Amino acid sequence: MSESAVTKGARKRLTWLGVLIIGLIAIIGLGSATNAGASFAPKLALDLQGGTQIILAPVVQAGTKVTEEQLTQAVAIIRQRVDASGVSEAQINTQGNNNIVVSIPGAPDENTLKLIRSSAKLEFRPVLETSQGISSTSTGSNAGSTASPSASAAPSASATPKPTATGTATPAVAGVDAATQAFYDSLDCSKSFRKAGQVDDPTKPIATCDTTAYSKYVLGPVEVEGTDVADANAGTVTTSTGASTNTWAVNLKFTPSGSDKFAKTTGRLFPLTAPQNRFAITLDGYVITAPTLQAVITGGTAQITGSFDKNSSKALADQLKYGALPINFEVQSQENISATLGSEQLTSGLLAGAIGLLLVIIYSFIQYRALAVVTVGSLVVAAIITYLMIALLSWRQGYHLSLSGVAGLIVAIGITADSFIVYFERVRDELRDGRSLGASVESGWKRAIRTILVSDGVSLLAAVVLYALTVGNVRGFAYTLGLTTLIDLAVVILFTHPMLELLAKTRFYSSGHSWSGFDSKALGATSYVGRGAFRVSSSVSAEKAAKASKEANKRQTLAERKAAENAATDSKSGKSN
Amino acid sequence: MSKFSDLGNDLYTGARSFNFVGRRKIWYGVAAVMVILAIVLPILRGGYNFGIEFRGGSEFRVAGVSSQSQQIAIDAVHSVVPDSEPLVSNVGTDSIRVQTKQLTDLKSEDVRVALAAAYKVQSSSVASSFIGANWGADVTGKALNGLVVFIILAAILMALYFRTLKMSAAAILALLHDLVITAGVYGALGFEVTPAAVIGFLTILGYSLYDTVVVFDKIRENTFEVEFSEKTTFKQQVNLAINQTLVRSINTSIVAVLPVAAILFIGATLLGAGTLRDIALALFIGIIVGTYSTLFIAAPVYSQFREGEEKYRKAEQKVLANA
Repeated sequence: MSESAVTKGARKRLTWLGVLIIGLIAIIGLGSATNAGASFAPKLALDLQGGTQIILAPVVQAGTKVTEEQLTQAVAIIRQRVDASGVSEAQINTQGNNNIVVSIPGAPDENTLKLIRSSAKLEFRPVLETSQGISSTSTGSNAGSTASPSASAAPSASATPKPTATGTATPAVAGVDAATQAFYDSLDCSKSFRKAGQVDDPTKPIATCDTTAYSKYVLGPVEVEGTDVADANAGTVTTSTGASTNTWAVNLKFTPSGSDKFAKTTGRLFPLTAPQNRFAITLDGYVITAPTLQAVITGGTAQITGSFDKNSSKALADQLKYGALPINFEVQSQENISATLGSEQLTSGLLAGAIGLLLVIIYSFIQYRALAVVTVGSLVVAAIITYLMIALLSWRQGYHLSLSGVAGLIVAIGITADSFIVYFERVRDELRDGRSLGASVESGWKRAIRTILVSDGVSLLAAVVLYALTVGNVRGFAYTLGLTTLIDLAVVILFTHPMLELLAKTRFYSSGHSWSGFDSKALGATSYVGRGAFRVSSSVSAEKAAKASKEANKRQTLAERKAAENAATDSKSGKSN
Repeated sequence: MSKFSDLGNDLYTGARSFNFVGRRKIWYGVAAVMVILAIVLPILRGGYNFGIEFRGGSEFRVAGVSSQSQQIAIDAVHSVVPDSEPLVSNVGTDSIRVQTKQLTDLKSEDVRVALAAAYKVQSSSVASSFIGANWGADVTGKALNGLVVFIILAAILMALYFRTLKMSAAAILALLHDLVITAGVYGALGFEVTPAAVIGFLTILGYSLYDTVVVFDKIRENTFEVEFSEKTTFKQQVNLAINQTLVRSINTSIVAVLPVAAILFIGATLLGAGTLRDIALALFIGIIVGTYSTLFIAAPVYSQFREGEEKYRKAEQKVLANA
């Protein structure tokens, strides 16, 4: 590499770093200016800032008791649901014999509350009749006019079609008993019509409304259950050409038995005329969507589209994925709660961090003289990026910084500084071998980056595995660890190395000034040249032809020299132990 | 400073050398004693002192208070159970929530009365109940699961990178040593095991392995094709690698431990017991033990695993014959 190419490369990487930082600032700035919820102040977790405490009480029929096992199971499911909505380190525990207490940082929105308390009893039922949800008797039923009772569509043979006495256009459909039909006819979706925690008989038809109160339905018996769903996720619909559209959908994957049932149902419903070629998905008794079948679905996967947006499709997918709660809950109280750890913990933590950082700076100056400027600069850059990333992630991912997160960040100072130390020590090793500073920086970097990559790789592995497999606080920790590791890599590649390359060009450093940290006299390189023992380095260039074992040969000559000297200084080494 | 850099130079060239590998029997002995102490002492103390986050406990709710000062509650709880660190939070605008470890019915009633007196409210406006663990069995189970998977994957990653399973084995042995000792100090001192302490513990796991990998990378470099050398043995090359990275090991551990020591100092003097002190203590011990074990356990164990291999034994005999 020519001199100017090195400088150019270094400038380019520094520019990328600048772009990264300015980009982050711009994104967050834009997010807060447009009121999208972004802020330059990171959100704090429950232990530092407090939040909301929600007490959930089970809704059970009189006479039945909630078992401890049901409660523990409910806590686990709620924790998964809360975790799915971000890295907020919520606290969930039981209280007394009945209640569950959920404490989450900040104020929960309606979606979060729904996610927490909803028992998510999911059922797939065939649509038998449908009409407008807010009915005056005179509107009649548009569904009735087209519905033609079909023997195959009647899951229950016991019911007999019976025209209603009012004589409005609501012909009965096979399989709908009189009581359900009467309830359906008088059903007004704008009024509350279901008791909290009402449980429907899965073998009987029901009359109900959709969640928007726009339509009311008579639905046949349950054909597929929520437990038949193996997985669910939200995403945008892609067209046949693979282009992404703006339509949100929930993708369902059924278990093997579920996909059999679903194939049977869709096979039977698809040839029917509207509305009976539709099936409804009910959540806790309300229709969330009643799609018209586009095909017989046999593959075990289905996609539900409709009036979803990003949040509602994700909320539904999470509810489907994390299963139904064994019992229904209602929110008994919802109150603000103060920080569990008091604010003095955060102030002291930050104070300690500042003192620690100062000590690190002093130590680097003692160890690396003027080179400490690069260390301190790198730490400052790392701190800026970390702060911005945390602000960005608390906006996009619901990340909340807890006290253990702060401690993790303080420890990260050490691990980040280690990358520079490994690098500087490598450069010094190269200097000891008699290379020029420019050459030492380049070859030292090549060796150091390998070590940095593999050791950071191990840390990153820890972060990814723990994030994927754990819940609660551990997940928050894994997040912080992964974040700081990536930032460490970015800073050492985009800042520390290019800075050193540029500084190596300056007279102060390249002349090996005694305060530069690269004083070759202090590093002992010249004394070896004087002794002549250092001549081995000339053999290095000769051996460069032996490509495969170049590194080993060089190391061996060194080591052999060491071995020879070892014999002479044996008594000395014994002493130093 | 000049002395330290002289040391760095001498260690690099081999002019001075600490015999890490040769004296391994001493280090193994020290490690064995430490590990036994780390297991026995907590048992003698009566097991680990788990916090209410793991075990659940008693909760008191003081309603209608005029002052939401949390110190009042802490003092009131301490007057009945001096050894419990209560968690106090303000709920709403006029309530206080106090959580303590599980108390007996009698003690619980005493705390209720003490809280009522301290906040100057009727004792009927202090409600008490039991709370379950918010770090339940499911969290612990998943964390352990994640830990095991991580250690297996890390072993595979290291085996692929270093091209030998023996390095993975040595690194993980040192890791276990660190974890047992860090946990042992916790148990022996009887500090409460809180979620923060567990997080500190996991941080150590990452740090310890990281530190070992850095030194192992130098060992890999130094021992490359050492079986063809006629002047130096595998054992000597491993020892040289430890010595050559010694300055880095010392510098890194000092830099890592300085901020933690600052937290520990401030946490212990200004705040007394609490999350910060708990987590800083786990980290402080872990970083020191982690650095120590890389030098005195991981590297010597790795050398021992490999120096017996046919090719290295033959090479060593040749070197000894030459000497």
